[in-house]
Amino acid sequence: MGDEGGPGDYLPALNEKAAPNLRYASDRGSDSALSFPSKKLIRSLRAAAAGLSVLLLTSSAYAINSATSVFSRDATPASGSYSLQLFVYAITIGIFLVVGGLGTYAVIKFRAKPGDDKSEPVQIFGSNQIELSWTIIPILIVVVLFLTSARMIFAVQDAKQPVNSVKVTAIGHQFWWEFQYPDYGFTTANELHVPVSDPKTPTPTFLKLSSADVIHSFWVPRLAGKTDMIPARVNEMWIDPYKPGMYLGQCNQYCGTEHAKMLLRVYVQPRAEFDAWARNQQKAAADVAEARAGRDVFESQSCINCHAVKGTIANGRFGPDLTHLMSRDTIAAGAAQNTPDNLRRWIENPEVFKSGSNMPAMNLSPEQLTQVTAYLSTLK
Amino acid sequence: MSDSALPLLGGVRDVTIDHAPPRVTSKGTFLETAHSWVVTVDHKKLGIMYIVYSLLFLVVAGIEAMVIRVQLAIPHNTFVSPQVYNRVFTMHGTTMVFFVGMPILIGFANYLIPLMIGARDMAFPRLNAFSFWMSALGGVVLYYSFIGGVGLSNAGSAPDMGWFAYAPLTSKAFSRGHSTDYWTISLLISGVGSIGAAINIIATTICMRCKGMTMFRLPLLAWIYLVQAVLILVAVSPLTAAQIMLMVDRYLGGHFFDTQAGGSAYIWIHFFWIFGHPEVYVLVLPAFAFANEIIPTFSRKAIFGYPAMVAATVAIGFVSLGVWAHHMFTVGMTSVSNAFFTLSTMLVAVPTGIKIFNWVATMWGGKIRFATPMIFSVGFVFQFLLAGLTGIILSVSPVDWQLHNSYFVVAHFHYVLVGGILFMIFAAIYYWFPKMTGRMLDEKLGKIHFWVFLIGFHLTFDFMHIPGFLGMPRHIYTYEPDRGWGPLNMIVTIGAFIQSIGTLIFVYNLVHSYFKGKEAGPDPWDAWTLEWATTSPPPSYNFAVEPVVGSRRPLWDVKHPDDLDSQWE
Amino acid sequence: MSAATPTIPHAHSAASAEPWVMPYKGRVGMYSLILAESAIFIIFVIAYIYYIGRSTYGPQPKDVLEVPILASICLLSSSFTIWLAERALHKRAMGMFSAWWGGTILLGLIFMIYTALEWKKLIYQDGLTVSTNLFGTTYFCLVGLHAFHVIVGLTMLSLVFLFGLMGKLTPNHTERVEVLSLYWHFVDAVWVVVFTVVYIVGR
Repeated sequence: MGDEGGPGDYLPALNEKAAPNLRYASDRGSDSALSFPSKKLIRSLRAAAAGLSVLLLTSSAYAINSATSVFSRDATPASGSYSLQLFVYAITIGIFLVVGGLGTYAVIKFRAKPGDDKSEPVQIFGSNQIELSWTIIPILIVVVLFLTSARMIFAVQDAKQPVNSVKVTAIGHQFWWEFQYPDYGFTTANELHVPVSDPKTPTPTFLKLSSADVIHSFWVPRLAGKTDMIPARVNEMWIDPYKPGMYLGQCNQYCGTEHAKMLLRVYVQPRAEFDAWARNQQKAAADVAEARAGRDVFESQSCINCHAVKGTIANGRFGPDLTHLMSRDTIAAGAAQNTPDNLRRWIENPEVFKSGSNMPAMNLSPEQLTQVTAYLSTLK
Repeated sequence: MSDSALPLLGGVRDVTIDHAPPRVTSKGTFLETAHSWVVTVDHKKLGIMYIVYSLLFLVVAGIEAMVIRVQLAIPHNTFVSPQVYNRVFTMHGTTMVFFVGMPILIGFANYLIPLMIGARDMAFPRLNAFSFWMSALGGVVLYYSFIGGVGLSNAGSAPDMGWFAYAPLTSKAFSRGHSTDYWTISLLISGVGSIGAAINIIATTICMRCKGMTMFRLPLLAWIYLVQAVLILVAVSPLTAAQIMLMVDRYLGGHFFDTQAGGSAYIWIHFFWIFGHPEVYVLVLPAFAFANEIIPTFSRKAIFGYPAMVAATVAIGFVSLGVWAHHMFTVGMTSVSNAFFTLSTMLVAVPTGIKIFNWVATMWGGKIRFATPMIFSVGFVFQFLLAGLTGIILSVSPVDWQLHNSYFVVAHFHYVLVGGILFMIFAAIYYWFPKMTGRMLDEKLGKIHFWVFLIGFHLTFDFMHIPGFLGMPRHIYTYEPDRGWGPLNMIVTIGAFIQSIGTLIFVYNLVHSYFKGKEAGPDPWDAWTLEWATTSPPPSYNFAVEPVVGSRRPLWDVKHPDDLDSQWE
Repeated sequence: MSAATPTIPHAHSAASAEPWVMPYKGRVGMYSLILAESAIFIIFVIAYIYYIGRSTYGPQPKDVLEVPILASICLLSSSFTIWLAERALHKRAMGMFSAWWGGTILLGLIFMIYTALEWKKLIYQDGLTVSTNLFGTTYFCLVGLHAFHVIVGLTMLSLVFLFGLMGKLTPNHTERVEVLSLYWHFVDAVWVVVFTVVYIVGR
């Protein structure tokens, strides 16, 4: 298994990208499978073998282009997992065809015929040679599969951290993500920015993962497999993305009421863009005179118990850091777009976007709401 | 009550001797009948009660599954609130594993093992009754949670932390109220029941065999249940221990899983899966057991490779104790541990493969009769093959890093639990219902049930794999429309509805045939094991005289005196 | 399909003439119970070992635990006395049986009294309870679980002792008495593990 594996390692056809918006694997997939449990046992069993392999192949062909597909060549280690998956699927489909074929043959060939006499068939109690062969062949397959996967396990888990890698500490909270950049000295939330990596001088991102409360799991399928965030424990993972773009993910370990709305975005940016973004994040919060009233409301309410705004007295840690709130596309961990209107509704009553979130409704007057929203809108 | 002239030999002193079959006792008043069932220590009545009780919970947990499917049919659905959804999926999983799977399989063990080994009851009939009532109490306690706490609104205080209840989501800080307590106490109680039942199965299989029934003449069903019972002992006990720790944490302020005081959330994951993985084999081994009885009967051939089947069962039992951490490839174990558990998990495939090959070889050269039990078994063989192969896929840890906790995993284990185990439970009910009630289940309805359920099953669970490839995590109450999961989930939901229609046909068949079914006679399938050597339903003492067997297939010997099986042993 | 009256197989062979002896079901049941109990203890022992030295505050094992040598000798020697009692029962020496059996109970009681005193000291003098720190939680759970088994064992032993005194115990009950002593041996063996883990490894 080559880690980056040239295109067309195992199933070349899959690499020809189909129409770019074919995200939904349903349309064609349904045809192939709807037809296969037909009325006749024989036909059904025959079709089951063919139908299922077709199903697997077509669905994976579509899946390549989904925004959260596990079939991705956009980053290591995801691309390694992709190649390994194709290898494993090829082997398992092969086994299914052979064993399923034998079974289907037996079921068809040896069914009792209507005109049969009532005598019993020849009784066969076993055969040492045959039984030995179907013990040893699977063992050989297991050995091959194991060696291939072990190579990948060690390549991913024991990878050395290059000096020019980007370090991020990611901390899971109910139900949002905190990202600290220790080398840059700032903290942000829910939207992780990393530089794109040039294969000649890779700048992978190494993440240290932990949790502030319960177990979460960090998963951005197109970039890498998932790693759990466990309280009082630090796990590590890394991503080495080749292609700029926005990658979607979400929490993958059930963590409480709003587990479903603990969404995650990763922005892979060209180096210069990333550096500009990081420089902006390092600054203290903007202090705009017109938003002073909103800032007073913000600082006089319990907002500051949970939220931090660099350069003000707000230094709470239970909620996301708001210093550069406006640099983010979403609020409430991806539950809503970051527009002033959504922001206002969110502060007024978090229930509308996320009914189990830990953010309380602040019971602000309409005027205060307008002021606070205006203030937050200046935090660029 | 012993007005019979039949000789009652040893082994029946502990048993209430009312040899009237169940249907005849219903001639008494309702209260008398109810009383006779409540106080019974007869393994057959207890077995039937286990099965009926599990079928009731199957319907309840099935309704919960439908709630889940309706909620997920379209993105951003608001059919139920997240709070209710989380309670419903927790209850669905807990109920299906502990109050459907375990008791129904233990129920079949109870009913069948004494009959198949020529005994008159289990080794400890009163322990048997105690175990049943403990299991039943566990289910009642769990479902009391719906009306406990704040009452029925918002689904009461039903547990909402997932069936594997990862710490610290279960700690007082994150689980206020009593939902976790209901879950813990109910599993502790039913765990005592399961352990009692397992002890009973082991003692019965080893000590109650009739004359001539050596260990290598045991029906494979009894062998497999013996291994399964040992697995229950070594797997359910760790869960019991972990539950005690959780109770100490919640009630006495202990710190086992308290991450603030040096405790570890990580160790709960280990403890849970040390139970949780062997539990899968506890559930799936009986499905193998049924297949080992049904496939030979309807192929008209002896099981192929009996010693290999026994060895494979024992091997699965041992290996399954060393694979639990394949549920933990993403928790940050070392690369060596991940490699080890990848290997051990793949190794389970070898004995499991032997079983599948032997079933195919049993059918090979036979004269297969496609009665309802057999078509369910054939469906099982193919579906279990697929489920095993997706299991191999998931055992490769770099692949599992992607697919872990996604809908691919959900599809995989439902393929095992529904496509494998539930199909064999249906097969077993069609096969042994005549023995239990004296009446046949309707064949035509049975075949309709099979096809409807098969179509529903494949629509649901074949398509459920794909959202996993597309990054859909499990346990989410809703999802974003832009992910492309919507149409697939709609298909899955439609399939789930078709499955429930199939199940309704089955329930109708059960009720209808119980009253109106064709008389079965003692041996409707022309089978070879001892349970068919007595009347249907059997008298409370099972056998008028204790059988003496000379081979693995005693009734073959009776039917073919010129071609005794024993000459091949 | 087949005859309405079933045929119960009655195979005739050379082997069927031999006596058919099965193991005693009580013993098999007790071995099964011991297997299940061992699994429970293993989990508690693993938790104890895993948490050694992880308490972030409060009393530590080396500060407060004293090695219970006398109590351990009492408990372990009770395995010997119960074996002597069994032997007496085999020989139908009921007096000897009662004496050794009573001795076993006495040794078990001494062990329990020692444990009670130890817990009293830990709770009142050292301020260590189940909720103090991880050490307290794991210590009281593991030692407590074992003590619970000793209490169950002592209750059962006392019942047999009373039956013996009332003359209701006959050599017919040998197998049942043996099953009970099997349990007692298990409780003693667990103590060897608990003792090693708590007082030697963990201290």
